[in-house]
Amino acid sequence: MNKTMAKLTREDVLKLARLARIDLNEDEIVEFEDEFNEILQYVEQLQAVDLDGYEPTSQVTGLVNVTREDQEKSYGYKPAALLKNVPVTEDNQIKVKRMIG
Amino acid sequence: MGVWLPISEIAAKVQRGELSAVDLIEKSLQIIIEKEEYKAIIATTADRARERAKHIDERVAQGEPIGRLAGVPFIAKDNFLVFGADTTAASNILKGFDAPYQSTVIERLEAEGAICVAKANLDAFAHGSSTENSDFMTTKNPHDRERVPGGSSGGSAAAVVLEMAPFALGTDTGGSIRLPASFTGSVGYKPTYGLVSRSGVVAMASSTDVIGPITMTVEDTAVVLDVMAGHDDLDSTTIEREESYVDLPANIAGKKVGVITEYMGEGLDAGVKGQIESAIEKIRANGAEIVDISLPSLPLALAVYYIVCPAEVSSNLSRYDGQRYGYTYAEAKNLDESFAKTRSIGFGKEAKRRIMLGTYVLSSGYYDAYYKRAQTVRTKLIEEFKQAFDTVDFLLGPTAPTTAFKIGENVSDPMKMYLTDIMTVAVNLAGVPAISIPAGKSNGLPVGLQLIAPQRNDRKLLAFAKQTEGVIG
Repeated sequence: MNKTMAKLTREDVLKLARLARIDLNEDEIVEFEDEFNEILQYVEQLQAVDLDGYEPTSQVTGLVNVTREDQEKSYGYKPAALLKNVPVTEDNQIKVKRMIG
Repeated sequence: MGVWLPISEIAAKVQRGELSAVDLIEKSLQIIIEKEEYKAIIATTADRARERAKHIDERVAQGEPIGRLAGVPFIAKDNFLVFGADTTAASNILKGFDAPYQSTVIERLEAEGAICVAKANLDAFAHGSSTENSDFMTTKNPHDRERVPGGSSGGSAAAVVLEMAPFALGTDTGGSIRLPASFTGSVGYKPTYGLVSRSGVVAMASSTDVIGPITMTVEDTAVVLDVMAGHDDLDSTTIEREESYVDLPANIAGKKVGVITEYMGEGLDAGVKGQIESAIEKIRANGAEIVDISLPSLPLALAVYYIVCPAEVSSNLSRYDGQRYGYTYAEAKNLDESFAKTRSIGFGKEAKRRIMLGTYVLSSGYYDAYYKRAQTVRTKLIEEFKQAFDTVDFLLGPTAPTTAFKIGENVSDPMKMYLTDIMTVAVNLAGVPAISIPAGKSNGLPVGLQLIAPQRNDRKLLAFAKQTEGVIG
């Protein structure tokens, strides 16, 4: 592999947190930086494997293109039952916060 | 003699009116309360269970046929959608989630008369090897309360060993059924990938997640699998089943069994090794041919798994955003803050760790070096399994390198905790079936023997495991 794994920095951790929509506190930032580097160091052993002639796996049992007729099918669920776990609803719709605030 | 008869006998007696489903459920619920201190159970589904039991007894009285699991109580890991109690996956973010529909497997078990009595503890979202990552509590090992039961299906395995029910359901993404079975002295079955529908089960890593039973005997496992297995329109990864997984023939004599050399060497606890070697001798004495076999890429499996699994976790857990279900941070000023605050407060540390690692290995610039490379090493590993099965019928080794460790021993070092799965993850990556069966004890703690078969050979594996259990038990 041409790219040697660089050490993950504090900035990287903060960027990942933003991408994953997770706010981290200071303790978590410090802890994750160390732990991620330890884990990445462990998985680095894969870089030395000779993989000539192998393709990446995408499915293990050989199923391809599982499709069905595009037909309406009722499972008998009522909207109220499907919406009962929604934090905020209005007129049988899911209500969310404004996008720009 | 334990509390419970073999599952098929319980069902037959209920059907004949010799046992009442109501009494069975009460017995199960009573043991759950008596053994509460082990913290195996998050919640019971007592009201619904009692109602269903009463209904079954009434139908029996009218001479109606009930099914192969008539009146049999069972416990579901709390990542299965079940009516009658919340489905939390032992996570704060799903606390209070009231399932609008049930898992396919729960529907299939209920259709044969089985009754779910409780939801079992797990590592939150099944992320872990000890149940210590549960956002609620740590389950204690029935053999030593200071030790973990293994994970992530630790509550399910402990519950079965504590005789709370004759069977429990678990999920196995990297070893989460087999490891707790090994640590608690129960039977844990990981079917061929796709054999059992995952519809209605909280997703972790979709390319390796499977569902399976935990029981005290291989026969009980086979009975439960026989009800659950097979294609489901609601899970397009499901495969066609074999005709039957019950009435298993003797299956040791003449079989060729490969002992995995990579699992028998460095890092294997001496006491565990002794038990496995003794089991191997008994299998040989019963007519199997035993050979050593090497799968050179096996030592890489854990590294592959800890790239592939977090990658899939980061994708599967993106749905927990606080808008449609689960915990939501109500004071957020806008949607973006709502997402971030909801996830920061709702997810435990291990979920955050895996989501972020997964985000990293899938991110632009690192995708090829990590994710794609891991999936290519996975192909090599799968080829090695195929080559091995060209020469042997089954592979054999320990389920775990050690017996159950102490609560707290590995929590501060995630990498050390991940290494617990070193002998189980390869099976998931290859999609092959495997089983952990009890192989005696070392220093008073259970040891698990792992048997592995080629894909879609679940029946042969169960038959071999059933006879093996008889000769090593």
